[in-house]
Amino acid sequence: MNLAARDIRHNLGRFVLTSLGLGLLVVIVMGMGGIYRGIVEDATLLVDRLDADLWIVQRDTKGPFAEISRVPIALEDRALAVQGVASARRFVTHTIQRDYHGRPLRMAVVGLAWPHDRGDWLPLLAGRSLRQGHYEMIADRSLGLAPGQLLRLGKDEYTVVGLTSGMVSSAGDGLAFFTASDALAIQFDTSPESTRLERAARRARAERIDLGATQPTLFERARLPNAQIPALGPPQVSAVLVNVKPGYDTAAVAATLDAWPDVSVFSSAQQRQLLLRGPVDKARRQIGMFRTLLVVISAIIVALILYTLTLDKLHDIALLKLIGARDSLILALVLQEALMLGAAAYLIAYLAAQRLFPHFPRRVIVTPDMYLWLAGAVTVICVLGSLLGIWRAMRVEAREVLT
Amino acid sequence: MNTGPPAIEVRSAWQVYGQGETRVVALRDASLSIAHGEVVALLGPSGSGKSTLLSIMGMIATPTSGDVLLDGRQIVRAGQAMGDLRRIRREHLGFVFQKANLIPFLTAMENVLVALDIADVPPAAARARARDLLAALGVADRAHHHPAKLSGGQQQRVAIARALANRPSLLLADEPTAALDGKLGRQVMELFRDLGHTHGAGVLVVTHDHRALDVFDRVVELEDGIITRDEPRRPVH
Repeated sequence: MNLAARDIRHNLGRFVLTSLGLGLLVVIVMGMGGIYRGIVEDATLLVDRLDADLWIVQRDTKGPFAEISRVPIALEDRALAVQGVASARRFVTHTIQRDYHGRPLRMAVVGLAWPHDRGDWLPLLAGRSLRQGHYEMIADRSLGLAPGQLLRLGKDEYTVVGLTSGMVSSAGDGLAFFTASDALAIQFDTSPESTRLERAARRARAERIDLGATQPTLFERARLPNAQIPALGPPQVSAVLVNVKPGYDTAAVAATLDAWPDVSVFSSAQQRQLLLRGPVDKARRQIGMFRTLLVVISAIIVALILYTLTLDKLHDIALLKLIGARDSLILALVLQEALMLGAAAYLIAYLAAQRLFPHFPRRVIVTPDMYLWLAGAVTVICVLGSLLGIWRAMRVEAREVLT
Repeated sequence: MNTGPPAIEVRSAWQVYGQGETRVVALRDASLSIAHGEVVALLGPSGSGKSTLLSIMGMIATPTSGDVLLDGRQIVRAGQAMGDLRRIRREHLGFVFQKANLIPFLTAMENVLVALDIADVPPAAARARARDLLAALGVADRAHHHPAKLSGGQQQRVAIARALANRPSLLLADEPTAALDGKLGRQVMELFRDLGHTHGAGVLVVTHDHRALDVFDRVVELEDGIITRDEPRRPVH
């Protein structure tokens, strides 16, 4: 006879409420793990999707995801001249925040190397990839934009032509894809007065260097956009992404590029590791500590609940002992109740996770192995939590029925 | 008259609690035997040692010294248990208390079944026996009700059914009618008498109720841990 099931059936309201409370604790533990997994996925998503063999970044920096990196656009051509390089494409990324219809619109701008990269690799939910060199964008769904919608950024208006899902930066901001030149235009957009001051500053700089003396036309070109005067303008793109030809040793190509004094080179794996060891690592430790704390709190609460449930039944347990019940029956009563409580709490947590997590502002990714791990953890917590109750139940004497 | 070994026999039992100034003698050289089919009343004021003697006969406690024999088999020798007392309780003894002590989360039927389950009776046989017992005690129609839905008398009848479930050779009852009115109390006492005589179990009933003493075969009285009276009321069947 399963006494635990009958006790639960008889006190169903109490059991449901206890399971609900415990389930909500479990869902928080589940969520903590999911948030960490989400941060890792978000952080490495772009590095993984861009699928470059090598990242050329500003010398002595760790690349655009760790800090500001600036390299000249001409680096594309230099890289292409290296033996074994199949392709070199510019990459631009920066974060902007604008007001849009009365709400803050924060996005991570990503510049694609048009025309080679039109964003065909993006997981589109709706719309299409880029078809023009300018004024088109692909936005992540989390930005709240719709295909066909117009967005003014700087002096230009961009049309949303495609929508992605789950494409966010390591900070959780939705990604917006433009051509690299549009991304630069957005990044370096300045007011007319700033432009006039910059032109004057360029002329002053040109006058101070040999190039200004030997190339008089440089002064005429000083009024043009930065992209057209590389000699005077600052380095503009964040990195250059290189893919190596089949049959060539990636490490050898990387060594060649890394020998250049103005750049550093990382493989995609290194770039990924840099991301995970940087800001993600702190988040991981922070969440890990919270998670540990929650697991400990849950274990204590479970132990107290099970101990209280056992205390409520001490007289019945004494009676069972009096009529000759074996210890195994008493043990099963407490342990089965603990496991049923754990199972109910886990089920509630699972259902809550399925319904609640998609509405969280950042991705909460709970993978099957995490569900499995948590099921194991809940079982262990319930078994350990029931030990106190079992200990108390075993100490009850049959004679206590007589008192 | 039953000529076999008594259902239970206690020989020269002493029960002493504490030491030195806190030393209390609860039972002094008590000897008592109950034959199969014999229904015995145990009387005595509070603190006279009735519960102590009941605990020893019910294998709930072992005496400080003395012997206990069940069906002629030595269970306690010189104050030491000779076997698993819980198993002996499971297989040979039945208990009824002042309060019914039914398990609140089990129905009347399940309260009887749990005793049979503990005694390893196969489920089908257990169900049939539980049904028969509840019917014999007049509570068959309440079989699927929880204790909270039963009257005091019905609860006590279910408790008696549970005590009889494992067909005990000895039935021990501690003030079983204290919570019942006079008429119902007498009915329960008569039920014990009939059970003893019908099933052949020895029955010991601790009681304060002198109005129903006529139903017993023997009356034993305790005072300050000493058996002061042990006399038959009627012949043992």
